[in-house]
Amino acid sequence: MEQLINANIRITPFQVSVNGRTEYQAENFITFAEFIKPFFKSLNLGYPKFYKMDSLSKLGFMAAELMLRQIDLTRYDNNRVGVVLSNSSSSLDTDLAHQQSIQDRSQYFPSPSVFVYTLPNIMIGEISIRHRLKGENAMLISERFDSRLLFTYVNNLFREKKVDVCLTGWVELLNEQFDAFLMAVEPSTATFSGETSGALPFSPETMDELYKTT
Amino acid sequence: MAKRVVITGIGIISSIGKDLPETFASLLASRSGIGRLHHLNSTHQDEFPFAEVPFGNEKLLSMAGFTDPSNFSRNTLLGIIAAGEAFRHARLEELSKLKTGLISATTVGGMDQCERFYDDFLTNDTKNQYIDVYDCADSTEKIASHMNIRDYMTTISTACSSAANAILLGARMIRLGQLDRVVAGGTEALTSFHVNGFSALKILDKLPCRPFDANRNGITLGEGAAYLVLESEEAAGEGNREFFAELAGYGNACEAYHQTASTPDGKGALLAMERALKVGGLNPPDIDYINAHGTGTDNNDIAEGVAIERLFGDRIPYVSSTKPLTGHMTSAAGSAEAILSILCLNHGMILPNLNFKTPMPELHFKPVTELIRGINVSMVMSNSFGFGGNNTSLIFRKPTN
Amino acid sequence: MEELIEKLKKEVIEQLNLEDISPEDIDTDSPLFGEGLGLDSIDALELIVLLEKNYGLKIEDPKDGKKIFHSIRTMAEYITEHQKA
Repeated sequence: MEQLINANIRITPFQVSVNGRTEYQAENFITFAEFIKPFFKSLNLGYPKFYKMDSLSKLGFMAAELMLRQIDLTRYDNNRVGVVLSNSSSSLDTDLAHQQSIQDRSQYFPSPSVFVYTLPNIMIGEISIRHRLKGENAMLISERFDSRLLFTYVNNLFREKKVDVCLTGWVELLNEQFDAFLMAVEPSTATFSGETSGALPFSPETMDELYKTT
Repeated sequence: MAKRVVITGIGIISSIGKDLPETFASLLASRSGIGRLHHLNSTHQDEFPFAEVPFGNEKLLSMAGFTDPSNFSRNTLLGIIAAGEAFRHARLEELSKLKTGLISATTVGGMDQCERFYDDFLTNDTKNQYIDVYDCADSTEKIASHMNIRDYMTTISTACSSAANAILLGARMIRLGQLDRVVAGGTEALTSFHVNGFSALKILDKLPCRPFDANRNGITLGEGAAYLVLESEEAAGEGNREFFAELAGYGNACEAYHQTASTPDGKGALLAMERALKVGGLNPPDIDYINAHGTGTDNNDIAEGVAIERLFGDRIPYVSSTKPLTGHMTSAAGSAEAILSILCLNHGMILPNLNFKTPMPELHFKPVTELIRGINVSMVMSNSFGFGGNNTSLIFRKPTN
Repeated sequence: MEELIEKLKKEVIEQLNLEDISPEDIDTDSPLFGEGLGLDSIDALELIVLLEKNYGLKIEDPKDGKKIFHSIRTMAEYITEHQKA
């Protein structure tokens, strides 16, 4: 049983690309915070909860927003949309912020809204809340983007018939380094009124090639 | 037969780690230290990214083990931290007092404090203790004093090849029997002086540097300090210690072309690399990996790239620049990258040249873009090419003991 | 009291990351939770932190929060009453 990658998104400090097309090219170095806010506003989503998210969740959220302009999730049963993401720093960026707030005993004001983001899978939670996704989800941690790890897990989900479509990829953020690579994977037998002409076979090799070139 | 020179200790602090273990962890994760300036007050802080050591001077002071700020420049503090780590790593304080020297490289010296207190110098006497620390040798003396090194100390200042030249000089002095042990390396803190200078030369990239990429647009400046402990083989035999690498070859050549540019046909780089091979009695096919100077400027990358193709012909080894990870650490780059090269030897890995997307049309080879692990790396060449046309190439060999 | 109310509105905006909302947008007597600003349970906890950090007032039982944080005015009244001590 085979799957296809029907769409892919890449967000780095250098550029944003959709299905290999560069939609935005950076001219200057800007911090993640300076980058993500105008990016969010440009999409006119009217979703103020965005501002309460931590940086990792904002990054995953925006990658998912771009993705879901490429594929139409309303076609699927929400209980059968999978989300399998990975990164290497887990929620370390937020963990450090939380640690700062409890470092000094005399200025001890831990923030509950920071603390709730000290788990990397909360990012998946935010995506799921926004798009009402109730299928299987997992957050995997690996030193680097690991196409074999994702392939094994996602391919398994399809073979066990747990999902009809799966969003998978790498969403990594720590301080000023960020890199989001998201793919939409579907069985090759599924009818799909999106960009099927640009679809690629879902395999570790294709994923590595996309990751290198986008 | 010339004496073997081996490396028995390593110490490093940079934007990717406060010591060797933290640095190694960052390398495994391909985690870059490039970002916004947080400590240096510069007019360019919003314009360019930098690879700053993520601690203010007060924190560096306590990390170096002092409480009284006295008159330590940031340079000196970074140097004390890294040289101290190398010294302890080689366990030198436990061993017999052989002839030991410190060769330290820096270009900006105590400039950081002088920039801060220049107005005070002119209008009052409250900061005069910082006038004394301005010259480069001050950091060398303070670092030597911290490790109680008295037999020999000197400062090398040849811009971006400084620390590599410190290692080269240390090796020569050991081979000539003038010293048994040398702590060699460099330290450089970011200062407005050189940030503004590089900006005026229009060679700072507004994006994180992209060495060997067709769209590269300049340097990302970094800071830090890195030192190696070099010893003769006999001296290294004491104390039942392992050594991390052998300095198998070294070469230095002058470009004689331009104050800051390299010959586009790579002549200067070629000479330096050829000499390093010759000193080691080696041939191009012996090199497994080149840790390139690879600054991301139009000029360096074409010159160095062409030189590599001329020297290695059809059999180009793995090549990468680690400056997208650490930034360009200027006077500390040569020793920092020597350390990264040694880690590749010890751990069987090739470090990635991050931010690379589009190959240069002028070159046939492409750099390594992802961390490679689990391969045998026996010989690494590390290049450092400086302003003024000072080119140095060092070759490290995996220990065979 | 009016000064405190204006100050509180700014502080609430900052503590709760309410981008795109200015003090003029917050009605002093409208419920903070439910409709209006659409605050949730985490925001309620953050308001407890705000009271402690900025006014030195500790709320031990989050359930007391319901009354205190009903509106900006009830918050201001609570602060005025308890800061006298």
